[in-house]
Amino acid sequence: MSDSAPTPPAPQTLTRAQQERRTALRSLAVGAGVTCAALAGLLRTKLATGAPRLRPPGAIDEDAFLAACIKCGQCVQVCPVQAIELADLIEGLGSGAPYIAARAQACDFSCDAVQCVLACPTGALTHKIDKKEQVRIGVAELAAPDRCLARKGQGFKGPARGVDHAGKLRYPEIDRWKPKPVAAHPYDLDLCDLCVRQCPIEGAISLQPAAGLTNDKARTPVVTDKCVGCGVCEMICPAEPAAIRIAPRVTGRHPA
Amino acid sequence: MNRALSRLAEGYAQMFGKAPKKPERADFTERAWDLLAYKKTPAQRAYRKAAIKAEREEEVVNHTWRNRRWVSILVVNLLFVASYWLDLQLIEGALTASRVFGFHFADLNSALQVMLAFKTVLINLVIGTGTVVVIYMLFGGRSFCAWVCPYHLLSELGEMLHLRLAAKRLVKDHPLHRATRAVLFAVFAALAFVTGYTVFETISPVGILSRAMTYGVVGGLVWVALLLLIEVFYSRRFWCRYVCPIGLLYGVTGAASPVRIKYDGNFCLHEGKCREVCLVPHVLDITKFGYSKDVEAPIGPDCTRCAMCLDACPTGALSFDIKGLSRPQTDRRKADGAATCADATQGERRT
Repeated sequence: MSDSAPTPPAPQTLTRAQQERRTALRSLAVGAGVTCAALAGLLRTKLATGAPRLRPPGAIDEDAFLAACIKCGQCVQVCPVQAIELADLIEGLGSGAPYIAARAQACDFSCDAVQCVLACPTGALTHKIDKKEQVRIGVAELAAPDRCLARKGQGFKGPARGVDHAGKLRYPEIDRWKPKPVAAHPYDLDLCDLCVRQCPIEGAISLQPAAGLTNDKARTPVVTDKCVGCGVCEMICPAEPAAIRIAPRVTGRHPA
Repeated sequence: MNRALSRLAEGYAQMFGKAPKKPERADFTERAWDLLAYKKTPAQRAYRKAAIKAEREEEVVNHTWRNRRWVSILVVNLLFVASYWLDLQLIEGALTASRVFGFHFADLNSALQVMLAFKTVLINLVIGTGTVVVIYMLFGGRSFCAWVCPYHLLSELGEMLHLRLAAKRLVKDHPLHRATRAVLFAVFAALAFVTGYTVFETISPVGILSRAMTYGVVGGLVWVALLLLIEVFYSRRFWCRYVCPIGLLYGVTGAASPVRIKYDGNFCLHEGKCREVCLVPHVLDITKFGYSKDVEAPIGPDCTRCAMCLDACPTGALSFDIKGLSRPQTDRRKADGAATCADATQGERRT
């Protein structure tokens, strides 16, 4: 009929049933392919080796976090020091979820009261916390005692991470409100105590004498259970790679 | 009223994969049947043939609505980017969830995935989805696809390439069954619930593109590029047509939206240009000769309101309509020589 849409002649003649069968098989194949691609993300996360990511303040247990996070990045937008980044596709299910790379930029609480938690629309960062002391991102540990300057009784002079480091930190004694580049803030210390000096949480870390230290001046950093895992010590540690780093708390992030 | 309900039910069924079928005599309204009879007269046949011929000789390329839509997609997505980089704070977040002037917005499918995986009803998400549901109930569910979704824009460019290659017989479209999308929707919902993860979010090109633009997380673009390659070389617009659960959910949400495209059989030459450009041609099945039970009918809920059919239609048989607000198309304009229902019922015959 001249009124219906012109149908181009089929190059090969298939019966209607054959065509339908092909369409069904194609649909099945494409559907299975798309499902497999999504499952590859799941597999990637399940088989992941190595330490889990540090999640932003208030993050609930990792599995629940990945379920609850809607991957919108609103926490990224409010952070005054841009400590939060979004993971890429390579992380499977974690793709689009926020994390903190503390060595590059720690969470220094420049915002005063966990802005990222307030920004989160889903409770993946739980609204049960509202003070920095309640945060449990991870916990600092002296991962490489041999590299610690304090343990060697050494001082430190100059910018903590060299002049090229892009990290920022709030120095309350200079400007209460605006974080400053670490590179623009040189130190001159008889005994390196940067991890203790810059720690934003009172009583979380201190230098203590310890057995086995060769030098009279030497002290070792001791972390208490007040540590929130913000990562400022890891960012500021002048040893390369850092002597102190944050171990993620995989479970039990909920404050009691 | 019953007619409207059965039309809605049919629209839903087609969205979930049912093939449209030619109506029986009993399904037609009297006016529609009369119009059809009138259109079958030799004079009308000759008129249509001449009109189509004249119009093909003087091909008018019209992209009015497409251009408006592209502006809309670009503006919305650039607002996301500018809100972050220029600190404008108008639309913060990504297309999965955001704050628009401080109000929570959440993508329906993203929110559903989160709630199924997390197994908690989150109040902010309920507020966010509620706002979005109201917006798309008013403005037409799948207008999200055509007027907001950044993948839609890329997909349109891929489609242009596909059609160009297809015209040279270098590629061939491999259509899939439209029920694939409904099945995949159920699969992804079930996966979220069973695994406890937002499994679909990982491969959602909407989220990937939105985050890539705003936050510079670009690795996922490899996946988006793969999807586009499939669309160019294998199956025309396969993601939006046969896969995307986001589109299905918006379609379901805005099925009874007052903003829709309306078909007016009085002006239709049944040439099929609209179906050639349409992302979801099954909704335009009523524009085939003898397929519309009514003289005037709204296009089904799978319609994205992209209005490419409006650009393509040479006679204005398709137009935007707001239920209860628009005047009837027939009153608004009267095309020369177009068959109208009045002609048919009054028994007028043109020569």
